[in-house]
Amino acid sequence: MTQDLDTFRSETRAWLEANCPPEMRQPVRSEKDACWGGRNPDFQPGQKEWMDAMASRGWTVPDWPKAYGGGGLSPAETKILREEMAAIKARNPLNSFGISMLGPALLKYGTEEQKLEYLTKIARGEIRWCQGYSEPNAGSDLASLATSAEDAGDHYIVNGQKVWTSYADKADWIFCLVRTDKSSKQGGISFVLFDMASEGVSTKPILLISGYSPFCETFMDNVKVPKSQRVHDENKGWDVAKYLLGHEREMISGMGLASSGGNPLLDGAIATIGLDSEGRLADPLLRAAIATFEVRAKAFGSMSERFIDELKAGRAHPAQPSMMKYYGTELNKSRHELMMASGGSDALEWESEGSRGGAEARAWLRTKANSIEGGTSEVQLNIIAKRILELPA
Amino acid sequence: MPLFLNEDQTALQDTIRDFVGEQAPVSHMRGLRDAKDATGFSRDLWKSFAEMGFTGLLIGEDEGGLGLGHVEAGVVLEEIGRNLSPSPFLTTAVAAVEALKGTAHAARWFPGIIAGDTVAALAIDEAAKHRDSVGLTAERSGNGFKLTGKKQFVTHGHVADLLIVAARTAGSADDAEGVTLFAIPKDAANLTATPERLADASLAARLEFDGVEVDADAVIGDVDGGRSPLDRLLRAGRTGASAELLGVGGGAMDMTVGYLKQRKQFGTLIGSFQALQHRAAHLYSEMEVARAAVLKAQQLLDLDSPHADTAVSVAKAMTALATTLSVQEGVQMHGGIGMTDEYDIGFYMKRARVLAEMFGDANFHADKVARAAGY
Repeated sequence: MTQDLDTFRSETRAWLEANCPPEMRQPVRSEKDACWGGRNPDFQPGQKEWMDAMASRGWTVPDWPKAYGGGGLSPAETKILREEMAAIKARNPLNSFGISMLGPALLKYGTEEQKLEYLTKIARGEIRWCQGYSEPNAGSDLASLATSAEDAGDHYIVNGQKVWTSYADKADWIFCLVRTDKSSKQGGISFVLFDMASEGVSTKPILLISGYSPFCETFMDNVKVPKSQRVHDENKGWDVAKYLLGHEREMISGMGLASSGGNPLLDGAIATIGLDSEGRLADPLLRAAIATFEVRAKAFGSMSERFIDELKAGRAHPAQPSMMKYYGTELNKSRHELMMASGGSDALEWESEGSRGGAEARAWLRTKANSIEGGTSEVQLNIIAKRILELPA
Repeated sequence: MPLFLNEDQTALQDTIRDFVGEQAPVSHMRGLRDAKDATGFSRDLWKSFAEMGFTGLLIGEDEGGLGLGHVEAGVVLEEIGRNLSPSPFLTTAVAAVEALKGTAHAARWFPGIIAGDTVAALAIDEAAKHRDSVGLTAERSGNGFKLTGKKQFVTHGHVADLLIVAARTAGSADDAEGVTLFAIPKDAANLTATPERLADASLAARLEFDGVEVDADAVIGDVDGGRSPLDRLLRAGRTGASAELLGVGGGAMDMTVGYLKQRKQFGTLIGSFQALQHRAAHLYSEMEVARAAVLKAQQLLDLDSPHADTAVSVAKAMTALATTLSVQEGVQMHGGIGMTDEYDIGFYMKRARVLAEMFGDANFHADKVARAAGY
């Protein structure tokens, strides 16, 4: 067994070395550096080659079954692949809400036809997905959502509005929560998939404090959705939604980890502030703040490893993603506060070439949504208190 | 290797949890304190540890031990921490054993340690704050050395059968090289040990070496080459102290969450108040992250990994931060009763402070993490 894994590791190392383009070993410095695939991709040099090479082995989704485009790897092999990718600072070949959110839900609740149709396309990066969850009057209280799906025989007619739909204007398809029964709150929700090019779907980007518009309002005006595109039973969509949220929280918690390829916080602080004669950051109080932060960040790196290992072995507490989401997002906000403090007035520039169009300031402001999206920090603390600590209601 | 306890380690945890919980619960520590016990721990309990095989946990099977690793040592230490059990396990069976391992001293001292007859103490610190410097001098004298200087915060130092002493044989106090580690039996002439009672009721000695003569064979490893065994000792000690802190912080958290579920005010359980729920949930998160950091350090030590040093410092700093939070929240959420000597939560606060200081506090280790990363 150990010998098999050693062989797997050396083969994987050789394959990655031969197939990962040099551009894909550079640190991710802005949103544009992430590869999202889809019907209208915006590839940077190396991105398509890297995505396709990984997809050809099923390694965009290494632990999914081969039949659905995955690599069919065991947890131990998946861990080795991630370690070897990290060792050469390889970028994630494909960022995808299909991989991190919809896929796990389809694997659990999808029909065989749905799995074969959607999972394989997700694995190859052919369809870019967005998430239709929140509504103007359904935020933390998500189950109060009102977007309606009226039964029209073999299909539904969907009407309503979603908000905070990430990249809705760039997405090809949406996974969407709709109300199929008004008499029950959680028990009247269904989970449907539809093409964003369907007649009656429109999107409107929301300008955020970062000056970017990653989120949209999404409007559905008499959109026809075949019932074959409903996942799980009618009125059982809340089960799918909650399961998916667990995976979404897991993904967002990953933001607490230092990105692969260098440590932008340390590199930036050293570049701006410099080192003293003993090789220490020349601002002692900032150095202390960064060092204490790094202790937490490294410890959280181990926590992520532990969480994934426990999850794969089926021993993680079902509410543990809430802890991961809470800790990871709060950590990421702290990281960007320290990056801004390290960058000083250079980091305040909003448009200049030197600041890459205000990348640092905009990224800092973007992180403020981390502890809101996917369930606020306060909602996560409620869940931990009730489900893990079993404190009274 | 997955980052959770395997089957054997979980079985060991069940055994040790029952054993320490029955033999040395918090009331055991309270009893020793109330009796003004002058030893600082129970020798009978240490014998029981030996009968269970725990004293030789880190000693190889060929030398009569269990041949287990730092993960297993941590399992024992976490239960010692959870029960606030006074025990020479950390200094003797973990830190001293790691320092002596693979040296000529192993054959001399390991049988006594395994049998539960020998207790070791670590004479490392020379100032109130743990530092890397070693100033106590060991000058060549006849066939051996003559040691002169002071040490402090030497847990069990007044009753130990064996003292592991870091001394300077070349260079000056802050030099990395020129350190030699010595194994010195008790009752050495010109050595004075003054036990001081600490806040947590444990006893730590101040040692005065006034020209203590030892033979050359008291040297552990090589003359001027003491950094290597000293580093082994410190890595093991720091990782072990982290595991014990995890037990202290976890025990305090469990007590506190339990209290939130039974204390009523305003006609309802206080655990139903969101202000307290969020604080408890935050505390849980910090303790979980600390637990992962400790297991990572233990596994890397067992693998002899070059990344172990940073992982050890992360573990020691993170457990100090998380456990300090745990005991502070513990006393606060217990309210007035948390301030009374009669209630155990205060013992957790005191023990956490002692362990946080031992082998370097959170700031010391954050500084090490920063230096290792080049800033």
